[in-house]
Amino acid sequence: MGFKNLFRHETTRHRALSTGQVVPDSARCVQCGICSFNCPIGIDVRRHAWTGEAVVNSRCLTCGECIARCPRGVLRFAHTDLFAEAAK
Amino acid sequence: MTRHLILGMGVAGIAAAESIRATESGAEIVLVGDDPFGYYSRPGLAYYLTGEMVEKQLFPFTTADFQRLNVRYVKGRTTKIFREEHQIEVDGKNRVSYDRLLIAVGAQAVRLTIPGTDLEGVVKLDHMADARHIQQLARRTRRAVVVGGGITALELVEGLVAQRVKVTYLLRGDRYWNNVLDEHESRIVEKRLEEEGVELIHHAELTEVLGKRGRVDSIRLLDGRTIKCNLLAYAIGIQPRVELAKDAGLAVDKGILVDEHLQTNDPDVFAAGDVAQAYDPLTGRSIIDSLWGPAREQGRVAGLNMAGRKTAYLKSPPFNVTRLAGLTTTIIGAVGRGGRDDDLVGIARGDSETFRSLPDAISAQSGFDVNHLRLLVGEKTLLGALVMGDQTLSIPLQKMIAGKADISPIREKLMAHDVKIADVVVEFWKEWSRNFVVT
Repeated sequence: MGFKNLFRHETTRHRALSTGQVVPDSARCVQCGICSFNCPIGIDVRRHAWTGEAVVNSRCLTCGECIARCPRGVLRFAHTDLFAEAAK
Repeated sequence: MTRHLILGMGVAGIAAAESIRATESGAEIVLVGDDPFGYYSRPGLAYYLTGEMVEKQLFPFTTADFQRLNVRYVKGRTTKIFREEHQIEVDGKNRVSYDRLLIAVGAQAVRLTIPGTDLEGVVKLDHMADARHIQQLARRTRRAVVVGGGITALELVEGLVAQRVKVTYLLRGDRYWNNVLDEHESRIVEKRLEEEGVELIHHAELTEVLGKRGRVDSIRLLDGRTIKCNLLAYAIGIQPRVELAKDAGLAVDKGILVDEHLQTNDPDVFAAGDVAQAYDPLTGRSIIDSLWGPAREQGRVAGLNMAGRKTAYLKSPPFNVTRLAGLTTTIIGAVGRGGRDDDLVGIARGDSETFRSLPDAISAQSGFDVNHLRLLVGEKTLLGALVMGDQTLSIPLQKMIAGKADISPIREKLMAHDVKIADVVVEFWKEWSRNFVVT
């Protein structure tokens, strides 16, 4: 990976961390609970993955621990698009 | 008041209970299960074995969740179904009556049928009890042999390695999971296992387990070799638990045959999950889908139908995610040998590729030391994909394959020698996802 790409990757990551939220893809989830187990502040991420709802929790640090630990790639960061939501 | 009786405490049974409750708030729901641990994540047992998870975290539902669902739980093994009387028999004595019955008792490991399998130290991975047993044995085991060619066998290997057991892994063929992975992918997995100290033996045919004082002492292969070990773990396939249904005179093939409403040939009896062989109206075939995701969806749909809301189960395109030797791997559509036809071309790229993050900052799982992408390119569409490691592209590919995206504009580019296929896919996805409503 070239430097330019590496840099872009980091920028993207940083942006995701600061403006994103954790979003599950329920079809991948097997409810093993590794996400909840590893959340540093004890959010029950697994429950979100069961119901398919994004982790909208003001306490979420967006640290990415749950995303990295999930053995099945269930979780990802996505933008919180508040304005689009309000426009509906 | 309608009484819904659900046999089985796996995800299909739980999903059915949820959808019945959501549809018919006053209904009576009774769950009957023979697993003493109730509802837990069976796929999660693999991560319990590796020590990534503690046992008590494997239970997704709390007591409050069951109270909210308002279900009654009967612990016991269903021994008979009396369809005429609309009753079941639990543990050979008590009878429970039903209006609608769901059979969601799952599947179990195919047993080894060679001499010596009754010795202590021969193990499988079906239930929590098995996982506990393996954990206990692993503590006093130095050498283990694992046999089986699929995901569960690999999970056993990884679990034992994590317990610091020296593992010999027997493969029947010339490489790991050869009906799904291509040669390069199999080698990636095998190499990583070897780096973990696993000894692989190809073309190995297990013929006998030899014991000493009732415990496993070694195993013997067809070629005469013996391998010293104190534990033999096997995962050579699963079989649906159809005996109950068969005894009750329900239509059974490999699994319990159900129509697209998950209904058996008895209108008051339904089946879902690993035990069900569901009719797929798209292909006209009846298929067993032994995966967690489809089991949950079948349970949900069965529940709706039981509660009187006629709903068809629509099988989604083949899709599975698993972790192979530490690499998250997504398998979408026609990837295995079975799905190949003449106008299907497979192209694969590995580490040399730059895996770009998508510009709209969907930041998926990344940071693996090995990343690999394989696309199965049809005439006009992508027919399948395998994404190993970095998962950035796996959701876009899933949607492009399910949405039958017309890839004609990039087909030639993809086929070109030495092209970065991941980049081509990203560029195409940006355009395609803008023009189509993606849910």
